[in-house]
Amino acid sequence: MKSIKIKADNLNVYYGEKQALFDVSMYMEEKQVTALIGPSGCGKSTFIRCLNRMNDVIDICKVQGKIEIDGNDIYAPDMQVEQLRERVGMVFQKPNPFPKSIFENVAYGPRIHGIAEHKSDLEEIVVTSLKKAALFDEVKDRLYDAGTGLSGGQQQRLCIARAISVNPDIILMDEPCSALDPIATARIEELMGDLKTEYTIIIVTHSMQQAARVSSRTGFFHLGKLVEVDKTETIFSNPSDQRTQDYITGRFG
Amino acid sequence: MGFILISLIILIGITSYFLGNLRAKNLRTSNQKNLKSLSHYYGYYVALWAVVPALLILLMITSFKSFFIEQYVLSDFIALGSYTETELSLLFTQIENTAMGIKLFDENTILIDGAVNKLNYINKTSENLTYVTVLGLSGLLVLYSLFNINNKLNSRKIVEKFLLVLYFTCSLVAIMTTVGIIFSLLYETLRFFSQVPITDFLFGLNWSPQRVFVREAGDLDTRDLANAFGAVPLFAGTFLIALIAMCVSVPVGLLTAIYMSEYASPKVRDWAKPIIEILAGIPTVVYGFFAALTVAPLVRDIGQGAGLTVSSESALAAGFVMGIMIIPFISSLSDDVIKSVPQSLREGSYAMGATKRETIVKVLLPAALPGIVGSFLLAVSRAIGETMIVVMAAGLNAKLTANPLDAATTITTQIVVILIGDQEFDSPKTQSAFALGLTLFVVTLALNFIALQVVKKYTERYD
Repeated sequence: MKSIKIKADNLNVYYGEKQALFDVSMYMEEKQVTALIGPSGCGKSTFIRCLNRMNDVIDICKVQGKIEIDGNDIYAPDMQVEQLRERVGMVFQKPNPFPKSIFENVAYGPRIHGIAEHKSDLEEIVVTSLKKAALFDEVKDRLYDAGTGLSGGQQQRLCIARAISVNPDIILMDEPCSALDPIATARIEELMGDLKTEYTIIIVTHSMQQAARVSSRTGFFHLGKLVEVDKTETIFSNPSDQRTQDYITGRFG
Repeated sequence: MGFILISLIILIGITSYFLGNLRAKNLRTSNQKNLKSLSHYYGYYVALWAVVPALLILLMITSFKSFFIEQYVLSDFIALGSYTETELSLLFTQIENTAMGIKLFDENTILIDGAVNKLNYINKTSENLTYVTVLGLSGLLVLYSLFNINNKLNSRKIVEKFLLVLYFTCSLVAIMTTVGIIFSLLYETLRFFSQVPITDFLFGLNWSPQRVFVREAGDLDTRDLANAFGAVPLFAGTFLIALIAMCVSVPVGLLTAIYMSEYASPKVRDWAKPIIEILAGIPTVVYGFFAALTVAPLVRDIGQGAGLTVSSESALAAGFVMGIMIIPFISSLSDDVIKSVPQSLREGSYAMGATKRETIVKVLLPAALPGIVGSFLLAVSRAIGETMIVVMAAGLNAKLTANPLDAATTITTQIVVILIGDQEFDSPKTQSAFALGLTLFVVTLALNFIALQVVKKYTERYD
């Protein structure tokens, strides 16, 4: 049994009057990939956005319940959101590099958190992050070109490099491959395999094959409820809930 | 006459639309003819034939009519050969007035009586002739186009082609106007520079065109001309006041935009934004007396309290009020561009653990920069072109100064001063207004050009 990194307890989330998550309780293991699957609008993205408090940005969003990372309640009043997000990085559905150079994109996090003391430290962080994101060889000659000029797959890897530049514990990935072609998707999946040796990864995905390929545990969400969470092999070979069975066999969703 | 005739043409147009439509439908049902377009396109086709040539002919008739009438009415006087062109046109006006029953001549000579009769006759005839020509043409073309409808005619294509020509003509109107204005400016400016050397105008330090005016046009001293039209004090004044205005409006406008787009709740935004935009709707003359009656005395009192000499009309007062006036240009446009930065960039920055301020300064403002620069340049053009506030609050005295507490004047203000009242259009004083106008135009054009380049360079790099 791996040690538990994240623990959610009776999580309820409301968007104004509408309840988006109902009593979700689950844990995620350290340095493993946990996949969240389910049909559109089932609440999996809402759940992942609670883990780095990105839902704070939305005014009408209200979160009840408890989420602990390494045993610390991240919704506690004395929790600094900025520090939480430094430890919990995020990669979005659509690649969203800043309109800056490749270098500046990766240097953004270290700069705002004051991680690099000298320019040489910063350069080292940028190079290592790009290498970890398997992008360095492709862009090493044009670090000062616009990040937005890269291809979609490269942009997404740039966003991964940006996320790991501040050396987080956890990386949240919200459908990171849904805007990419199969080859770029394969590269990102390969990358996830490398990254999980250092980081705890939570990935939301529409593709069940992807969940099966990359994750060790999988949670299935339906209509705002966590229907089932278990080892990935179990979910895909021997699910205990009829709804999970129906979803993975393609009867709905 | 024009109104009735145009109404008639339009009436024919509407009727012929229905006729064309009907005929197309009949052809379709009775002859089993396979028409190429939908019936109503044949309606449009006939209506276009009914209206467009008729209107064009009407336009031609009305523009050339007066010339021919004048020639005809004055033919006896022209035959005498003892009148100049100016006298002839004066005479024609007198005859026109006499025809309307105003008594202008001491005694009506046979020639004048004859001319008045001719005028009455030709007016009546030409009116009738116009009616017949225009309506006849319209009717003939309706008949022609109605019989032209057959299965080979693709009326939809013709209608589309006509619309294309119409769009092109409309855009040509704007372009031709611009070209026309530039040429009239250029023409007068060149006449001005033929009397005053361009270097004196651009680099001279003394602006006092009144001095030239008091002399007789005949004995203008070239030395006098050279000393009177040095525009540098005006350029300096314009620059100074625009600079003060930008110093007020850029920080206030930009911070307002940031507050409105990133911090204000939708409720605050809903009532605050329209109020700010009202600022842009206040007539500049109202700003003018606000500047002259409230701000200028205030500036003077504060300045005197601090032991400075402040004139009662100061560049500072005018610039300050102008700055307030252009705040909405900056805040509204910048607000829009900041708001239009994709939400994904904000989320990306927050997800890195950036604070709101860091996100705004490091991601949103750089991403919105082209639009923000655009709004600044729009505001500068507005400040340079603004006249009323300066006339009322900064004075008319063309003095070369960099002191914002002194009176100053701008290019636009001097144009107003020069052209107020009766002016001879061939004196260098009046023509200098055109030279100033052209200078202003060139400066504004250059600003726009620079703005475009900045925006283009930036977008090429990052988008």
